[in-house]
Amino acid sequence: WLLVCLLLKLFSAVEVQRPRGVPLSKRQFYEEGKPFTCLDGSRTIPFDRVNDDYCDCQDGSDEPGTAACPNGSFHCTNAGFRPTFIPSSRINDGICDCCDTTDEYNSGATCQNTCRELGRKERESLQKMAEIAKEGFLLKQQLIHEANRGLEDKKAKLGDVQGSKKDLEAKVEALRTVKEAAEQPEREAKERHLKAWEGKLSFKSISPSTVCNDVSVPELLSHSELDPDADGSFTEAEAQGLLGGVDKVDTAAFESIWSNVKEKYMSEVRHYTSFFFLINSKFHVKFILFNFGFGICFRNLEKEISFDFGPSSEFAYLYSQCYELTTSEYIYRLCPFNRVTQKPKFGGSETNLGSWGKWAGPEDSIYSVMKYEHGTGCWQGPSRSTTVKLTCGKETVVTSTSEPSRCEYLMEFTCPAICQEPPNLEISSHEHQEL
Amino acid sequence: TASKCDCTLKLMFLSFGTWAVDKGNFKTCEQSAFCKRQRALKPGESPYRALLETMELTNTRLTLQLINDNNKVRLLLELYRLQGNITRVKINELKPLKPRYEVPDVLIREPTTEPLSVLSQDENGVVLSLGVESQRVIISARPFRLDIMEGSDVLMSLNSRGLLAFEHLRMRKDTQADPEAEKKEEADPTTKEEEEKVEDGMWEETFKSHTDSKPNGPSAVSLDFSLPGVEHVYGIPEHADTLRLKTTDNGDPYRLYNLDVFQYELYNPMALYGSVPVMVAHSAQRTTGIFWLNAAETWVDISSNTGSSETPQTDVRWISESGIIDIFIMLGPTPKDVFSQYASLTGTQSFPPLASLGYHQCRWNYNDQEDVKSVDAGFDEHDIPYDFIWLDIEHTDGKRYFTWDPHKFATPKEMLQGLMDKKRKMVAIVDPHIKVDGNYKIHNEIRSRGFYVKNKDGGDYEGWCWPGSASYPDFTRADMRAWWASMFAYDQYEGTMENLYTWNDMNEPSVFNGPEVTMHKDATHGAWEHRDIHNLYGLYVQMATAEGLIQRSGGVERPFVLTRAFFAGSQRLGAVWTGDNAAEWGHLKISIPMCLSMGLVGISFCGADIGGFFKSPSTELLVRWYQAGAYQPFYRAHAHVDTPRREPWLFGPENTALIREAVRQRYTLLPYWYQLFYRAHVTGEPVMRPLWVEYPQDLATFALEDEYLIGRDLLVHPVVEEGARGVTAYLPGKDEVWFDVHTFQKHNGAQNLYIPVTMSSIPVFQRGGSIIPRKLRVRRSSTCMEHDPYTLYVALNLQRTADGELYIDDGHTFNYEKKEFIYRKLTFANKVLSSVNLAPDAKFTTDSWIERIIVLGASKPSKVTLKTADGQEKQLEFDFDASMSVLTVRKPGMNAGADWTMTFQ
Repeated sequence: WLLVCLLLKLFSAVEVQRPRGVPLSKRQFYEEGKPFTCLDGSRTIPFDRVNDDYCDCQDGSDEPGTAACPNGSFHCTNAGFRPTFIPSSRINDGICDCCDTTDEYNSGATCQNTCRELGRKERESLQKMAEIAKEGFLLKQQLIHEANRGLEDKKAKLGDVQGSKKDLEAKVEALRTVKEAAEQPEREAKERHLKAWEGKLSFKSISPSTVCNDVSVPELLSHSELDPDADGSFTEAEAQGLLGGVDKVDTAAFESIWSNVKEKYMSEVRHYTSFFFLINSKFHVKFILFNFGFGICFRNLEKEISFDFGPSSEFAYLYSQCYELTTSEYIYRLCPFNRVTQKPKFGGSETNLGSWGKWAGPEDSIYSVMKYEHGTGCWQGPSRSTTVKLTCGKETVVTSTSEPSRCEYLMEFTCPAICQEPPNLEISSHEHQEL
Repeated sequence: TASKCDCTLKLMFLSFGTWAVDKGNFKTCEQSAFCKRQRALKPGESPYRALLETMELTNTRLTLQLINDNNKVRLLLELYRLQGNITRVKINELKPLKPRYEVPDVLIREPTTEPLSVLSQDENGVVLSLGVESQRVIISARPFRLDIMEGSDVLMSLNSRGLLAFEHLRMRKDTQADPEAEKKEEADPTTKEEEEKVEDGMWEETFKSHTDSKPNGPSAVSLDFSLPGVEHVYGIPEHADTLRLKTTDNGDPYRLYNLDVFQYELYNPMALYGSVPVMVAHSAQRTTGIFWLNAAETWVDISSNTGSSETPQTDVRWISESGIIDIFIMLGPTPKDVFSQYASLTGTQSFPPLASLGYHQCRWNYNDQEDVKSVDAGFDEHDIPYDFIWLDIEHTDGKRYFTWDPHKFATPKEMLQGLMDKKRKMVAIVDPHIKVDGNYKIHNEIRSRGFYVKNKDGGDYEGWCWPGSASYPDFTRADMRAWWASMFAYDQYEGTMENLYTWNDMNEPSVFNGPEVTMHKDATHGAWEHRDIHNLYGLYVQMATAEGLIQRSGGVERPFVLTRAFFAGSQRLGAVWTGDNAAEWGHLKISIPMCLSMGLVGISFCGADIGGFFKSPSTELLVRWYQAGAYQPFYRAHAHVDTPRREPWLFGPENTALIREAVRQRYTLLPYWYQLFYRAHVTGEPVMRPLWVEYPQDLATFALEDEYLIGRDLLVHPVVEEGARGVTAYLPGKDEVWFDVHTFQKHNGAQNLYIPVTMSSIPVFQRGGSIIPRKLRVRRSSTCMEHDPYTLYVALNLQRTADGELYIDDGHTFNYEKKEFIYRKLTFANKVLSSVNLAPDAKFTTDSWIERIIVLGASKPSKVTLKTADGQEKQLEFDFDASMSVLTVRKPGMNAGADWTMTFQ
């Protein structure tokens, strides 16, 4: 008995005396032996009605330690871990909610005190996250630096392109004059003139390679008019086909590819009016696209510069990249700022799960969520869309995908660009000691 | 689960964007050969004559032959007087070519007969005494007719319009028959009379691309009933129609043929997933019922002379494709008498586990274990109680029932344990179509045992359903059902634990490529055609499944099985839902008459998919549906796979709070729901009931279907209109008062009360004169609330009295059958509230106590004294709210199972 007494004394020395379920911050309202006033001030009751398993206060404040009030809350100290509040309805319901077991004092449930273990795990994971954040944040600085340099280049290049475009337009105009002139005379004269200006038309002089680097599958994919079978879905495989089976080619290679395939797109030239020349020869209308690659690159540059790559362009490096995740059934592919696709692992065609829409995070962290919209339509449903949640990580990688609702996909994506400057570790270790 | 959508449907929806059912997939009476034939008969030309000289009367049975004067075919009529004021009339061929199907397994036992005696007899007829009071049956000979009389009143007449028809079985004599034989018969004029016209559809019938071979030829049966004095008839579910049945003169009859109807339409007599061939007729004087025990495709015509100057009368005509005429005439006279009469024949509502009366969270589909875990956590995070989370077809390994998807549900026991740790449960779907796959154990076993339904050529019947090619076990076989039940054993159905329950969907049965999306009628179940047993198939599936759940627990635990298809007797087996409804206000509204109709014919455990299965509800509709559903017996949210997520917390904190409040109201009332289900289990009374059941003389209640009673004491008028600002509720009872359960405001009965509503309003009233127990400590599941204390709501009537009941048991086992329960009568009279044991021989102890008593319509006492069984008295503290006349007695503290009295001085 003495031992029990001693233990009790010891216990009370550690625990600040207060009614069950009351947080330290509110203990002054619960003064032993004095009438208790409900925290909403609605009424005052004798102290022995605090925690007497009957709800007297409308705000539930008289029963912090029992389940009597429907709107009450119970404070678990959880020494060794994080203190928390749980709804009163979880007191003595036979389920262990507080890691210090204090919520199950009369239910017969056998709970283990897991606070220390949880605390340790939490600290470990916090530390790990802090490390990741730290490294990620460093990487992010690099990314920002690179992005800024890249942006300068691109702006300069765009200037060049715009210059070239002007030249080009002048040439177009000149050629049109020639053409119109060629249409006026007799047939023989027409042919003669035609030869003359065709000779002037030099692919080399205004080659795309002067303004642009590579032509890649994703770039092609943004030109649905190039779809070889015009079936309304321009797949990656089809785009690859156009490029001769590879993901990207340099412009020189593209030119040679282009001369093979351009005939297919004659009917689609209205999209490229300014880059096409109409040649009227022997009353056959013939279109020649002489600088398709130029057109793509020009517009892509413009588009790229207009993207919101984050406050410091830290997301710019994701542009024109793709990241894959293979699950048991599908290969998912995220091409940031472009689109998300899904392809069955064992054959079958690719499905568009959405094209770049917008940043869609909550107001305070808008860059934490990407939204891809208007993918392939679902029967009786919306068109497919994908929400990409970004978390801080050293690697840039898709970590999971799911389809919470039919045709609404969710993707978890880690990358350094979202990393925030880690909080001062010293402070958190200080907190740790206090615990 | 959704019914199928075939390609033509798909195209239609794409091109027109409509959501209605494709009526062209389902037969009209005109397209159903026997219905067309029978409906063409004219009244007043009955060829049937009773041969009185053939009458035989034993103590319990009268038999009599009938003859069809046109073809000389004789029928045998049997008439029984059954215990409890029921008359049974059976008509079969005297000498059928082969036996005709008589429905087994629906009656709970061979009904007990009572003596009949002849009062008088002459060449025109016989008068029999029915034993009680002045009830008599008059059998008229020419034409044959039966009249059931009480005093000078005719209660019901059979064949009064002469529409009895009994297509006798015959040899085929059409063009395919032997030409020699035909000639012979032509030459013989004496057989000429027996010749009948061979009409189209007698020996073969084609609907869309399906041909029904009809090897037995025409076999329909039909009979008409006249109900003098009756203007209101109810029942014969399942139809998406008004509670009060309509006349069918200007359209199709009501059809009873269990069908998987894709996107069903409201307010028409088309058949749906289930059939209960029971009609209840009601007038201010009397309630009666007709139970037409036939499991074949059935059509019911209703006509009425309402509007004419004559005495009101409703005429009803039943037409079935095969089988015999076997009818039970339940003579009431009160609604509750009819319920107990019907219960004495087919049994009562199964007593569900308490938890199954809580809230159920379902979706087609929760994708994987992780998904289940996060939805479960979502309920805790948002402090919304729930008891069951459900898995639809995608949880299986390729739609092979009794299996789990090896990737998405790799460790089902772990998942179930996680739920069990939170005192929650799960339901997984098991459908009756079995994937034809040589690597699937269940299929191989059924095939090798010869348990599949056979096609007309004798091979295993195959149809198309969720798994692709599928066969259908013959659940009409007792040995098949026993085997099926054994598959639910924990060592057979791997990955299962005691908190996993079962859902039987698609058990009409649904066959995507079958006629009318169901099984071919010429498929065979042993000696019988599918035609004969069709409406019974779903009941058998649920029967075998429920038996499996009972057996796996060694007979200890009550099962919970939800079914979509049902028949008379399905009430004994579990819960029913109204199938694949849609997220439309009209569907919310119709859930009330649909469940009321089922309750009237015994099936109390009914609910509709909260939110609507097809399409996506507006937030307002979803909230209103949660509110309405909280006050319907089976409370489950469900959604089609193609709809966006709609867990309760996905619509902003305000709507989450509204849904939370609705679900919490449900949980506070669980003690009341539970004891009503106990009552339903004992008596057969519906839990959710139309007002006229309690106010049978009040004509104003007869057609009400926008409000109803839960038990006797709660009146619910849910808000089911978009943008509603108020509802008008009819409060019945000229000497009654009703208390708003939220404000405690008192209202007089016999008035239409306008109630302004906001988004949080669920208009519910407690009847003055009642005592309702609640548990106000709502926790995360019903099981967590097991030991919690009760608050008694005592609502006083004008005589300042009230009474109620309190039923408590363990909530999940069959031990209540061994009298392990508490059943108490609570009475308030002469300013004394007392609790008296209604079952002194029953034993059960509870930790629950009485924490609060709220007296509505009270006056202020000077003191409140509690006297407990040990003779001790103590003064109790109380609060009195004079503005609302509400007295709250603080913490009386006695055990809920004890005797006590409380005096208000």
